[in-house]
Amino acid sequence: MSEKTGDKPLRVRMPIGIDYKWCAGPASTDYLTGLKDGRLFGRRCPVCELVYFPPRNGVCARDGVMLGESVEVGPKGTISTFCIVNVPFLGQTIKLPYVAATIILDGAHLGFSHLIQECEASEVRMGMRVEPVWRDKAEWDYSLENILYFKPSGEPDAPFDDYERHL
Amino acid sequence: MRDVAIVAFSEGPVTFGSTSTPVEMIVPTVHDVLKQAGIERTDVDFWCHGSCDYMTGQPFSFVSAVDALGAWPPIIESHVEMDGAWALYEAWIKIQTGEAEVALVFGNGKSSAGDMNRALSLQQDPYTVAPLWPGMTAMEGLGACAALQAGTVTERQMAEAASRARRDGAKNGNVLVSGNESADELLSRPVTAAPFRDHDIPAMADGVSAVIIATGDVAKKIAKRPAWIRAIDHRIDHQNLGWRDLARSTSAAIAASEVGVHKDKVDVAELHTTFSHHEQLLINALQLRPDATSITPSGGALVGNTLMAAGLSRFGHAARSIFSGSADRAVAHAQQGACLQQNIVAVLEGN
Amino acid sequence: MGANRCAVVGVGQTNHTSVRADVSIAGLVREAVDRALEAAGMTLADIDAIVIGKAPDMLEGVMMPELWLTDALAASGKPVFRVHTAGSVGGSTAIVAAQHVMSGVHKRVLTVAFEKQSDGNAMWALSVPTPFGVPVHAGAGGYFSPIIRSYMRRSGAPAHIGAMVAVKDRTNACKNPYAHLHEPDWTLEKALETPMLWDPVRFIETCPSSDGAAALVMVSEDVADTMNVPKAWVHSTAMRSEPTMFAGRNQVSPRAGELCAEDLYRKAGITNPLEEIDVCEVYVPFSWFEPMWLENLGFAPRDHGWRFVEDGVTEMTGKLPFNPSGGVLSTNPIGASGMIRFGEAAMQVMGLAGEHQIDGARKAMGHAYGGGSQFFAMWIVGADKN
Repeated sequence: MSEKTGDKPLRVRMPIGIDYKWCAGPASTDYLTGLKDGRLFGRRCPVCELVYFPPRNGVCARDGVMLGESVEVGPKGTISTFCIVNVPFLGQTIKLPYVAATIILDGAHLGFSHLIQECEASEVRMGMRVEPVWRDKAEWDYSLENILYFKPSGEPDAPFDDYERHL
Repeated sequence: MRDVAIVAFSEGPVTFGSTSTPVEMIVPTVHDVLKQAGIERTDVDFWCHGSCDYMTGQPFSFVSAVDALGAWPPIIESHVEMDGAWALYEAWIKIQTGEAEVALVFGNGKSSAGDMNRALSLQQDPYTVAPLWPGMTAMEGLGACAALQAGTVTERQMAEAASRARRDGAKNGNVLVSGNESADELLSRPVTAAPFRDHDIPAMADGVSAVIIATGDVAKKIAKRPAWIRAIDHRIDHQNLGWRDLARSTSAAIAASEVGVHKDKVDVAELHTTFSHHEQLLINALQLRPDATSITPSGGALVGNTLMAAGLSRFGHAARSIFSGSADRAVAHAQQGACLQQNIVAVLEGN
Repeated sequence: MGANRCAVVGVGQTNHTSVRADVSIAGLVREAVDRALEAAGMTLADIDAIVIGKAPDMLEGVMMPELWLTDALAASGKPVFRVHTAGSVGGSTAIVAAQHVMSGVHKRVLTVAFEKQSDGNAMWALSVPTPFGVPVHAGAGGYFSPIIRSYMRRSGAPAHIGAMVAVKDRTNACKNPYAHLHEPDWTLEKALETPMLWDPVRFIETCPSSDGAAALVMVSEDVADTMNVPKAWVHSTAMRSEPTMFAGRNQVSPRAGELCAEDLYRKAGITNPLEEIDVCEVYVPFSWFEPMWLENLGFAPRDHGWRFVEDGVTEMTGKLPFNPSGGVLSTNPIGASGMIRFGEAAMQVMGLAGEHQIDGARKAMGHAYGGGSQFFAMWIVGADKN
């Protein structure tokens, strides 16, 4: 496909394709295998003893060491902060507006991003307690997308002090 | 200029098809080089990393490498989209400004994640050459043909380079391929991509290299026999393969002349030879005397091409020959780009 | 500073816009380079070494493009160096180039940073989906808007502060002929009517996507002293990095930014930055980062950055103008954005900023950051040698 208008230079569109093999690595393999079974596994840093969920690259970025033991976390958690999305994204099918929140699962010390549903966007707040809503078990794969979204758990909000240091 | 030396070197396992993430590959090598130097990560004033997004297929791939360093409290750190040897150059510059005494540099790559022969086409002119997807081997083949026709390299020299690399590789152990074939045996094998036989083409590999450099007194404390960087220089050539004489490496010759490679006897020269014909082109450019100089005793990139780390590894292996006392004066060389487009050369000395 | 002084003697940038269909990547780079060289009264033949910076190669689909640009920059036979430190790259490239001079290794260094987003698919390249990845539900703004919400909660900032910054920057950009956006009619009322994209971030509070390049010529003191052109002396440079994510990380005011600024001021002999610095070009891709950086850089006490905005401190007529050029909010060729900040800071102390010149600017700060607010690059330039 090429475009040429008036006396402007010719522009040619050239798709580039290269195939890559992706390795999850040992730490994320535990985490993904857990998700396949509907369980949530993080890993603990042997130095600072904080729990990473997800375990990301398998290292504690603060201490520069490999993460240690697998630790089951959640399933409930706390919203540390969030944004209300009003713009559609590539391939995104959720009804606007919706909430993307940073959630810290119970027993973990790092936030990750996920959707909040089953409440109005305007009701979502920092400190809100949430729980996961899982996809049909037959559809479970090695993916955090096994969790469709998080919904309010109905518990009282966590105090600001509980999550302030995660902001 | 301040006196700066290479004081420690670590090379991770040279493999193909690692099941670890790049970050998980970096951590043990960084820990090992610190251990060899007997220092803590907080003793490092400056960190510099060399890698390339097209190796992982992910933009900003180097960002996660910071996770491997334990960058807390925050560190002074930089990244080059170049072989780790240029990360060493940036660290050397940094030390020359007086703002750092000790620097840790590393390069990493995972060739097995993608088709590097194909990906390297994307280094070429995006409007006229890259859309043809020439591939690395074909571009290097053009260079080898030009050198053979001009007589600056012979087929026998290519086979001898490959034969020696495979034998030295066997001694090194941490390489991807090795063997004890003579040059004659290798010459009897079939030509697979004219003018190349399989052993003329590098074995692409996954790997990590890390080097620590330090200034005068600090260097003497860390290493018994530091490898002093007496001079270092890098140069580039035209990219357009039709604009330059592929039968010689002009930029390598300029860099070698700037650092004075020819001014004294060279005991060891670690050359970043990815294709076998590069060796003779580099011997010519650096004016080395193979009878007086041990050429790439590590085996080199031909037997384990850890793209983005292999050049820094040459600096590390050259330094090791100084550490061990087997050399008093060594030359380290790295290159990148098609047909030896960009070259960096350093002279290392034990005294 | 180190043993050798370094001066900026030429600043050049392209006319930035969303699609520079009239030039190739090389042509874009040369436009900035030629303007910088012309300002310095030099040609490419005078240059000893070239330092190139840009953000991910996948934005244009050219791997290590400096190899290819060698021909366009007549660099054959010279040293060419390539830096890539995410969004901070324009700043860190300028710093690496300055250090080529400060180290005493080179005397005349050209540095250039660019991005030609229209040649590729930036939206794709900035968020390539990787297998097993945590699903991203909100795009780039979705990453930063929760951090902005955290800042608002922590500081008690009123909701209109972001729009105030945006109106200031867009208005300033009208005085800068190179800026991408020239939109003279913004008012706070109109700004507050723009749609909420990533609540709390409104449309006007986000940056455009631009094609563009910036270049600087830097020389050693002995060379600078023979040149009869305006100069910006590099008083200090600093860089800091920290990991993207770890348990307990402060993303609102990253420690790396605080430490970088402290180091920068110390090396420049600055004890009271608010009093001593005349103008700042600070990397603000979402308007709320202005009050956040005011605090992070030590200009405003914690939780008071927004009060500076409200009081007009960062207006062109204020005590500490922020981004008289219009900033990243008006022009964002990603890899070049940091170098534009550094170059605009130099132009202020050289007295070359034209309509957006701050009268009497003697000392200016250039700032860039990248990644998840984790890579920082800063410099102080002055009209005087020290």
